Amino acid sequence: MGKRSKVIKKDEVVIRFSGDSGDGMQLTGTLFSNTSALFGHDISTFPDYPAEIRAPQGTVGGVSGFQVHIGHKLINTPGDFTDILVAMNPAAIRANARWLRKGSTIIYDSDNFTEKQIQRAGYKADPFVEDKLDSMNLIAAPISTLVKEALKDMEIDPKTVLRTKNMFALGMVYWLFDSKLKYTEDFIEEKFGKKPLVAEANSKVLRAGYYYGETIEALTPSYRVGPAPISKGTYRNINGNQATSWGLLAAAEKAGLKLFIGSYPITPATGILEELALRKDMGVKSLQAEDEIAGICTAIGASFAGRLAVTSTSGPGLALKSEALNLAMMTELPLVVIDVQRGGPSTGLPTKTEQADLWQALYGRNGESPVPVIAAGTPSDCFHFAFQAAKIAIEHMTPVILLTDSYLANGSEPWKIPSMKDMPDVTVPYAVKSDKEFLAYERDPETLARKWAIPGTRGLEHRVGGLEKTIKGSVSYTPENHEFMVRTRDEKVERIVMDVPDLKVIGRKTGDLLVIGWGSSYGHIATAVTELQAEGYKVSAANFNYIRPLPKNTAKVFAGFGKLVVCELNTGQFANYLRMKHQKYNYHQYNKIQGLPFTVQEIKDYCIKLLEGKKNG
Amino acid sequence: MAETNNNHYVAKDFKSDQEVRWCPGCGDHGILASLQKTLAEMDIPKEKYVFVSGIGCSSRLPYYMNTYGFHGIHGRAAAIATGIKVANPDLMVWEMTGDGDALAIGGNHYIHAIRRNIDIKIILFNNEIYGLTKGQYSPTSKKGLTTKTSPYGTIEEPFKIGELTIGANGRFFARTVDYNLQLSNEVYKTAALFNGTAVVEVLQNCVIFNDGAFDAFTSKETRDDNTITLHHGEKMIFGKNRDKGIILKDLKLKVVNIGEDGITEKDILTHDAHEPNPGIHYRLAGMSLPDYPVALGVIRAINAQTYSAAMIEQHERVQAKSKIRTMDELLRSGATWEVK
Repeated sequence: MGKRSKVIKKDEVVIRFSGDSGDGMQLTGTLFSNTSALFGHDISTFPDYPAEIRAPQGTVGGVSGFQVHIGHKLINTPGDFTDILVAMNPAAIRANARWLRKGSTIIYDSDNFTEKQIQRAGYKADPFVEDKLDSMNLIAAPISTLVKEALKDMEIDPKTVLRTKNMFALGMVYWLFDSKLKYTEDFIEEKFGKKPLVAEANSKVLRAGYYYGETIEALTPSYRVGPAPISKGTYRNINGNQATSWGLLAAAEKAGLKLFIGSYPITPATGILEELALRKDMGVKSLQAEDEIAGICTAIGASFAGRLAVTSTSGPGLALKSEALNLAMMTELPLVVIDVQRGGPSTGLPTKTEQADLWQALYGRNGESPVPVIAAGTPSDCFHFAFQAAKIAIEHMTPVILLTDSYLANGSEPWKIPSMKDMPDVTVPYAVKSDKEFLAYERDPETLARKWAIPGTRGLEHRVGGLEKTIKGSVSYTPENHEFMVRTRDEKVERIVMDVPDLKVIGRKTGDLLVIGWGSSYGHIATAVTELQAEGYKVSAANFNYIRPLPKNTAKVFAGFGKLVVCELNTGQFANYLRMKHQKYNYHQYNKIQGLPFTVQEIKDYCIKLLEGKKNG
Repeated sequence: MAETNNNHYVAKDFKSDQEVRWCPGCGDHGILASLQKTLAEMDIPKEKYVFVSGIGCSSRLPYYMNTYGFHGIHGRAAAIATGIKVANPDLMVWEMTGDGDALAIGGNHYIHAIRRNIDIKIILFNNEIYGLTKGQYSPTSKKGLTTKTSPYGTIEEPFKIGELTIGANGRFFARTVDYNLQLSNEVYKTAALFNGTAVVEVLQNCVIFNDGAFDAFTSKETRDDNTITLHHGEKMIFGKNRDKGIILKDLKLKVVNIGEDGITEKDILTHDAHEPNPGIHYRLAGMSLPDYPVALGVIRAINAQTYSAAMIEQHERVQAKSKIRTMDELLRSGATWEVK
């Protein structure tokens, strides 16, 4: 390895790859994060890309970014501010200027900083001066020229040559971190195995970038981030959609059921259908339905027929599924509905993140429609909560909504692989033929779940449907029966609380302020509160994963604190839900509706304001 | 396909304990009776049947069958039935639906179930009206029909169910009349034994809101001249005196009188339900008064691989190649690393 004049050891570094949506930034970021994870860093990633596959070139709207936070310590968020920005064009500077930490390094493709490109990004002449970035560590690399030079002896077309630019930038960053190239080279070989010339070109350019970093002395200081103190075991990188898919598969295996998914492609949930469609080796039946409604209806049919059935979607799709979801609720069949939330309403911000489907999940159906709602907190714990969603659906004979979001679905982190023998059992409440007449809505006295009678079983023939029924399964419009059934279905869902673990408090159980969140705000809240605690504030946090029903100890946790603040990426849906469920507390709110996750800093600032700066309440 | 056994069912075995709530005189009673009779004759174990429906008068039928049943939501029967059949191809899945349920709100699921060749039997009760909502026009109502939502007559062209079905790559299409138990029985049985999506359009009289819509095909005086019952391999001859026939002329079907203009029985078309080319079937399915008789019986029945069969084949192919069978194997596949 080349000589390094100055090496900075850091606990954590945030790096962002940014360019046109066709520049391959998502891939570059993924390769960098996988390499870092293999080295032993803890990581958290955040892809941020436009809805258009190829948005107008060089415009700020077309910028696609991938942020990676790597650490020698445990990492809970993709990071608020960037230490190193790789910018393939002026638009990438404009889009990211406000997220740069003081003293950041900006590596940019100077070939792309032409007058035309600069103006297209909305600058007059000098992006760095206009955005006051001229004091940053600016590294101009004529990447396009260097790539052409590196490949001049190869017989490939100019378009393919320019497509390797991202590998050059990646090579430079690898040099900066003294990373190994092997993982990326293996990847290139596998991806372009059938096109050896393209594989060779990419590898060549990757190395050219690396050596370029070594040659120019400007690329100093370089960084060293040691391995993170993570527990022993076998790890892999996983994103939220993959973890969700695998959690469902794990539950199916534990229940001794085969999985069925009926879904319609929708950003950002499509990855779940794609992942499960791969798993025919494990007997998964996947059906890409003609629409969202058919997605859930085929799943309901599959559930009736005895499969663990799921449907995956995002907010607009959940809206279309709501009538059928009620049918699943009414027929009391197990079903997991995954809503990978995105910015709404309507088509909204399809590729951005938001937590604004909570009310839709809780209330978005006609009539009295109790459905359990669960939310995952990190990309990897989507595995656990998808498993739990399926377990509850089966054991309590009910549809369950699992809320994740774009931030979790696309974000990735290292994950310690569990062993199936350590996973809890899933007990299927099968109906069995006995001397007594089978009653479709006869219930378990403890859970109130009905029994699952699978078509094909002799003697258990019965009819279900959306019309109100008696215990026997006959259609009934009797007033008292309707009220009884409505209350029973509600009570059935409330009793799921018996399987809901207690709410955990991050920090002390009493204090001046409790920061409350739900789902994917976990990482930012946990980091903010941990930092505030270290600074001497009496602050703790509680992040909810079980929304309906809420954990038993919720009120007890709230009672320990002087103030409560609910942080969520909407206008206050969870805060208002808590106001209804636990009325005696006063809830402050911290809300953000920008299609972006929280920053740790803004949560800290708001908490300090609420505490009026007091450290010893 | 379910195996047969010797249950020796009678129609009564398929009657549930639920009170049948259709209007007296409704064509649905006849459909229910012929279905129960058909199933009794099939001798397939009762527990293998699942009757699925959407919403509408037709869709109450599963409650009256002593089999597994699923009364769904409006328009979605085909999607629910698809899920059941794909989940367990051993089940015999029957979909009960109507012209509003299948062709208006559920049109999308209808064409896609047919396109995929899901092995379900779709009995489409066509009364050309919305009955359960009390008399609004449907996608099959004749143009000009006066209803509560078309007080001055409809201005819409109706679907012809056979044309739509064959246009969606339908492999099986048959038509029968509610009161004709013998023909219905024959058609249902053929549909049941058919391997793939089978659509049976039943011309069903709604006594309350569209009474007499099919009188021309049902009244004793006119039915023989106004309908033709097709049988595979037989000449397309019809009429009270069996003196009319259908020929192909200038790429069009034409009704001719046998014995006139030198036409003999030899000139009359022979029905080939198994011809893959849909041309003639499409024309036969589209025949309507006054130029043509309405075709009854099995108009089209061609074999093709079903969705389930293709799925099973694909699963076997993937499983033969992949080393992953269990969750533990999946979890440890691909790039992993050890932290010691």
